[in-house]
Amino acid sequence: MADAKVIPFDDDRSRSGGGARPARRRTGAGGSGRGDGSAAPVSALPGAQVPEQGDVPSDALSGLSPGAGETGGGPGVPGPDEGRSSAGGWERRIAGGLAFLRRRITGDYDVDEFGYDRELTDQVLMSALRPLADTYFRVEVKGIENIPSDGGALIVANHSGTLPLDGLMLQVAVHDNHPAERHLRLLAADLVFHLPVVNELARKAGHTLACAEDAQRLLEMGEIVGVMPEGFKGIGKPFGERYKLQRFGRGGFVSTALRAGAPIVPCSIVGAEEIYPMIGNAKTLARLLGFPYFPITPTFPWLGPLGALPLPTKWTIQFGEPIPTDGYPPEAAEDPMLMFNLTDQVREQIQHTLYKLLVQRRSVFF
Amino acid sequence: MGKVVLVTGVARQLGGRFVRRVQRDPGVDRVIAVDAVVPPHRLGDAEFVRADIRQSAIARILAEYAVDTVVHLDVSGKALGAGGRTAIKETNVIGTMQLLGACQKSPTVQRLVVKSSTSVYGSAPRDPAVFTETTPPKSLPSGGFAKDAVEVEGYVRGFARRRPDVAVCVLRFANILGPHPDSPLADYLSLPVLPTVFGYDPRLQFVHEDDVIDVLGIAASEPRRGTLNSGTFNIAGDGVLLLSQCSRRLGRPTVPVLLPAVTWVGSALRTIGMTDFSPEQIRLLTHGRVVSTVQMRETLGFRPAFTTAETFAEFARSRGPGLLPPETVGRAVDRLAALPLPGGAGPRERGAGAVQTTHGAR
Repeated sequence: MADAKVIPFDDDRSRSGGGARPARRRTGAGGSGRGDGSAAPVSALPGAQVPEQGDVPSDALSGLSPGAGETGGGPGVPGPDEGRSSAGGWERRIAGGLAFLRRRITGDYDVDEFGYDRELTDQVLMSALRPLADTYFRVEVKGIENIPSDGGALIVANHSGTLPLDGLMLQVAVHDNHPAERHLRLLAADLVFHLPVVNELARKAGHTLACAEDAQRLLEMGEIVGVMPEGFKGIGKPFGERYKLQRFGRGGFVSTALRAGAPIVPCSIVGAEEIYPMIGNAKTLARLLGFPYFPITPTFPWLGPLGALPLPTKWTIQFGEPIPTDGYPPEAAEDPMLMFNLTDQVREQIQHTLYKLLVQRRSVFF
Repeated sequence: MGKVVLVTGVARQLGGRFVRRVQRDPGVDRVIAVDAVVPPHRLGDAEFVRADIRQSAIARILAEYAVDTVVHLDVSGKALGAGGRTAIKETNVIGTMQLLGACQKSPTVQRLVVKSSTSVYGSAPRDPAVFTETTPPKSLPSGGFAKDAVEVEGYVRGFARRRPDVAVCVLRFANILGPHPDSPLADYLSLPVLPTVFGYDPRLQFVHEDDVIDVLGIAASEPRRGTLNSGTFNIAGDGVLLLSQCSRRLGRPTVPVLLPAVTWVGSALRTIGMTDFSPEQIRLLTHGRVVSTVQMRETLGFRPAFTTAETFAEFARSRGPGLLPPETVGRAVDRLAALPLPGGAGPRERGAGAVQTTHGAR
């Protein structure tokens, strides 16, 4: 199986000829099978994989040496010139990876006041999520030009899918498709910051608690902030109610955007609803565990961990026309009528786009 | 008539340094240094008065010396010498009450500076990422020094209401580090192996001892033009460090402990007297705490000389290398980098590629 897959990898390699390949291709594979998986990390950013190096070097060497032999032999096949130029590329990558590793293990990197670790996000977390976005869910992004290239903006999106994968995919989509490679700072529920490991990763990926103070601070710093105002009502809704937007909280996101004068970019995500079709909710178990809901899907928890694998649906993320908020007087943020109107406007726009995208969609999986 | 400054808590390093510093101020005539124990360090020309601020004698001292500025530094999280939590709590809370009562009676007092701590904000997952001076705490500290600080601030607010003619300045310091720190966090960071809470990487802020002395000086003197030095201010160095970064920069390995087990580890460490691993300390090391210093810059007009990272670097230097000094670890990586490079021939380079591949293929 591995042999069969190594051939396309070598093809790919000789075609690229040591030149810089588009960033997207580097980690393009990985989600869809072991064969692809073995090819992907070879071309992956060294920095992305290096942190694991310290843990198990011997294990990696002994356990996976056949694959290493194959790929090591690869550059030799096309010819000596080819081999040298790609080896030069490797050297640079290794040097870059080792420099990254050195910075990481000596603690010589910066985080912002929210705990956002830009280097780790770019090199590791994004690289880990990218195969999921590109290969598994095949996220198609439309209207990326609606996100400004500089200054703050509030992206308001629908929320679905039982697990907040839509937020993570949105983050990858914004970063990889935007010409300015903007980083999305997501606002997450407090549950995220209760859970061990999750909270650590969320903070390092630039997420913060969904509260007016944090949102405003980020917007004033000129960041792109992502919010999903439906919250648990949206993500934990049963499969039968898919693509029906829930209440948009109390519209706090509108007053925050107004205070910061940041435009609101409505965003519709299609495809996330079907990744874990939630057909039931084990409320007692949820209460016991302290979660807002405990999903029962056709596969989970029946198949155990395998049931937790999301269905490979085809996703579309559409960013709509930005709604400017800088034309309002400062006291507008205190006007509940205006808040409700703007909230409804944003909600309607997202809902309409959702219906439009659903009509255009050929199938859930393609 | 010049200024007469009374400083409490002078037996501590910080109090001693401030006393030596404030007497050099040309506007200051006399410095009265008060503590219940005789300080081990010099106090320069200051007059040391041995008095317990928990007793009413402090009122007599205020009257006798006609004190006009009171700098209350005897609010601390760690006992000086013997004495447990109860003694600290008494000094912090009852001492503050006595001192404030004395100040309220004194016609000469014009300015009061109180050392507080950012621990009054508590530390909870539902808190905003950055606390401003007006952020209400989501969960009030249930005990320990943090609760003392909350209570002290409460009494100070009451005093400010009753004596509106007195300029009151409350300085909420982030974790103070420096060459001679005596805070529980510094003790913790001096452990050879740092127990951490599994799955949490708290954000920490530090402020350098020198900056603490400077800002106390600003708060204790007349406000400069365009600034205001009464009110409540967060004092912290710029920037944020994660605990994981701190441990790597110190070169001290960490041992992640599951949250339910942390309390046991904490009490075990406390029993053998290594560090005061109090519940509030554990919460700080779980959720972290970051405060906004906009007021400090814009209203108080103070710019700290040390950032959080610089403060920490200085602390790390004073502690000496840990078990895994960053230099050694860095050299190990450099050696790794040097491994496949000599020679530079095709096969070697391919070998390097293969090594990278195997790491990647993990």
